[in-house]
Amino acid sequence: MKKSWVLFVPLAIMGLLFGAFIYRLTVPAETLIQSQWINKPMPLFDLPPATAGVEGLKSSQLADGKPRLVNVFASWCIPCRAEAPQLEALKAAGVPIDGIAIRDRPDDVAAFLRENGNPFDRIGSDQQSSVQIALGSSGVPETFLIDGKGIIREQIQGVILAEQVPEIIAKLEAMK
Amino acid sequence: MIAELGLALLWIAAALACLSLVAGIVFLRTGKDDLAALVRPASVAQGLLTATAFALLIALFVRSDMSVELVARNSHSLKPMLFKVAGAWGNHEGSMLLWLTILGVSGALVAIFEKRLRNDTLVATLAAQAALSLGFFAFLLFSSNPFKRLPVAPPDGQGLNPLLQDPGLAFHPPTLYVGYVGISVAFSFAVGALITREIGPAFARAMRPWVLGSWIFLTLGITAGSYWAYYELGWGGWWFWDPVENVSLIPWLAGTALLHSVAVTATRNALRAWTVMLAVIAFSMSMVGTFIVRSGLLTSVHSFAVDPERGTFLLALMAIYIGGALTLFAMRAGAVAEGKKFALMSREGSLVINNLLLTTILALVLLGTLYPIVAEAMGEKISVGPPYYNKVAGPLALILCLVMVAGPLLSWRKDDGKKLWSRLPAAAFAGAAVLFGLVLFGGKVGVLPLLGMTVAGVVAVASIAPLWKRNLRRTPLPTWGMVIAHFGVAVALAGMAAESAFIKERLVAAAPGETVKVDDFSVKFAGVSPVAGPNYTAIRGTLIATTPSGASFTLHPEARMFPGLMGTAPTETNEAALLTRPGGQLYVVLGQPVPGADGMSADRYQLRLWWKPLVWWIWLGGALIAIGAALSLLGRAQLIEIWRVRRARKAQERFA
Repeated sequence: MKKSWVLFVPLAIMGLLFGAFIYRLTVPAETLIQSQWINKPMPLFDLPPATAGVEGLKSSQLADGKPRLVNVFASWCIPCRAEAPQLEALKAAGVPIDGIAIRDRPDDVAAFLRENGNPFDRIGSDQQSSVQIALGSSGVPETFLIDGKGIIREQIQGVILAEQVPEIIAKLEAMK
Repeated sequence: MIAELGLALLWIAAALACLSLVAGIVFLRTGKDDLAALVRPASVAQGLLTATAFALLIALFVRSDMSVELVARNSHSLKPMLFKVAGAWGNHEGSMLLWLTILGVSGALVAIFEKRLRNDTLVATLAAQAALSLGFFAFLLFSSNPFKRLPVAPPDGQGLNPLLQDPGLAFHPPTLYVGYVGISVAFSFAVGALITREIGPAFARAMRPWVLGSWIFLTLGITAGSYWAYYELGWGGWWFWDPVENVSLIPWLAGTALLHSVAVTATRNALRAWTVMLAVIAFSMSMVGTFIVRSGLLTSVHSFAVDPERGTFLLALMAIYIGGALTLFAMRAGAVAEGKKFALMSREGSLVINNLLLTTILALVLLGTLYPIVAEAMGEKISVGPPYYNKVAGPLALILCLVMVAGPLLSWRKDDGKKLWSRLPAAAFAGAAVLFGLVLFGGKVGVLPLLGMTVAGVVAVASIAPLWKRNLRRTPLPTWGMVIAHFGVAVALAGMAAESAFIKERLVAAAPGETVKVDDFSVKFAGVSPVAGPNYTAIRGTLIATTPSGASFTLHPEARMFPGLMGTAPTETNEAALLTRPGGQLYVVLGQPVPGADGMSADRYQLRLWWKPLVWWIWLGGALIAIGAALSLLGRAQLIEIWRVRRARKAQERFA
């Protein structure tokens, strides 16, 4: 004839479960996953040039005192084509942009730049997506805002829209 | 008129549930017999009326009555008849009505057939079942009315999610639901027995067939669901540890534990409080599972209604039922006398280990499923995938299988292990033969699949050991059932292990005329042609697979396009082509056309080919488990005996 607290354990577990359910019902799931590297220095990497006639990209080059964009793209990525005019506009406004080409071939990258213009100062080739993964980027295109000390300040997932261009310029100005 | 009649029947059925509940409570409080006499007929009538309402809903779908909102949203006049019928439960409201139908019919079956339970416990059980129904009636009638009419009927419906337009859908949800909801009977039995304090062998024996019955359907439902995902999604996997799969597995694990613990209570009057608690947990987990997939808590093909109001309603209902039952358990279980003692080396001992392992697996799967939600509450984003589940559940499941080897060979109470030791060598030999064979000829095999196949060998031999030296004609049906079910576990385990160890995959872009090698098959891609189905268009590939012995087979994988109906988006599905051979299955998916060098013309197609050794053993094993359970049920339910007793009683009455 024991009346012990053990018998209330199932009830307590149920209480916890329902707490989690209530939480989830009141706070809907956030499906966008931001990189864990925001406000942290760029991970170390050294990428070879993505095609003939461009310079490769090293993480040390990103801490030269000038805030800049690092654009993760690929020639096989259709949205990246749609993003090209906005990158051109940023370039025209004096924003330095570096590129990382994901799982790409030199000829394809060259064709992509011929067709869509080349806003990039340097383009590193990330054959195995290893830098992309290290950056915590989950797709193409993605754009990282880097301050002058090489620290990632913001991540933009997906295509940069025309109306975002002035906003990005202002943000980079503020980092100076 | 059909819709209005259906709605009226639902209200009457809800009123009858209310009547059963009130009459039950009054009887249990005051002991007035005249009210108790109402409970049985009211339960039967409630079941009949709900089932009729469900039949009327199907009739509306069959007639494509687009003035009913549910039909307009989920059906289309040009759909094949099978999918019109299946459309009735391929949506939130219809599936809730199916849920209520099964709740009602289970209650009615208990009211008609259950003769072994003490009268007051039976009344309490039926009242508990009525209370369950009442809550879900409220949910259906107030927030999910399936019979709602539209002010203006649209010219045609929006169709059914193409992924669900598959013959598998006609069977998978109703089967799983019968299992999910059928286990509510065990829940009500437990509540009834806790109320009247009748927890003992008689109660366990009465509950046992109901547990078995719903467990058969759960097993079949999960097996069918796994096969559906395997061939319809086109990813070639048979289990993804997707949250939705997990929540169907959890009640099955609880049901499996209950099935074994109820045997201990029925035979040896031990593990009494534990059995009652498992009965509560099994159905609670069914409800939690339904809630998780229905409330939009997890996104999947199963989440029909992303509606926070409905989610809150369901959550409140569950809190009342599960919270109420667990509180009752906490108050009363302390007063349940400790059962009979037994040695560890005994049938009971092995079943206790079985239960501990099953509940541990259950807890780990539940933890993995809900951890992302809990982690997010603490500001971290995490997803839990197959590596976690395989690592934690795999080894425990293998140990469980080894316990399964020993359990049936031990006798109740206390065993010297003589029988076990005398029959173990053959099983051990089988396991060793498999292990050596694999190590010598199998090439590189992972540890878990290697152990899996070895254990499968041991279990396959050991599972039939209880039949050795026995008169097979006199062996009772439940023993046959156990043997077949346990053998089914070995078959399924072998299939799972062999598939993960020896799977061969090729992903190619092939032009018509090219030949692809996968394992021993050479598969020639003959070409593609457009085809038109009843409500879709498709590109059909033709592939000719040739075995080493020269036999050739034609496969037709399809990439189907379902047009958007009445403003919905068009959808594409992949229809995999399967070639079943004694040694496994060849699985072929036709993918996207590959643009040529100019970026325009498509002369090549993505082809995905798998050779999956022994994969169909997985579902064969599932079917064997269900068949074993069905045999056991035939032996336990004593339907034949009940019928005989009744006939004898009637004959007596005639003479009297």
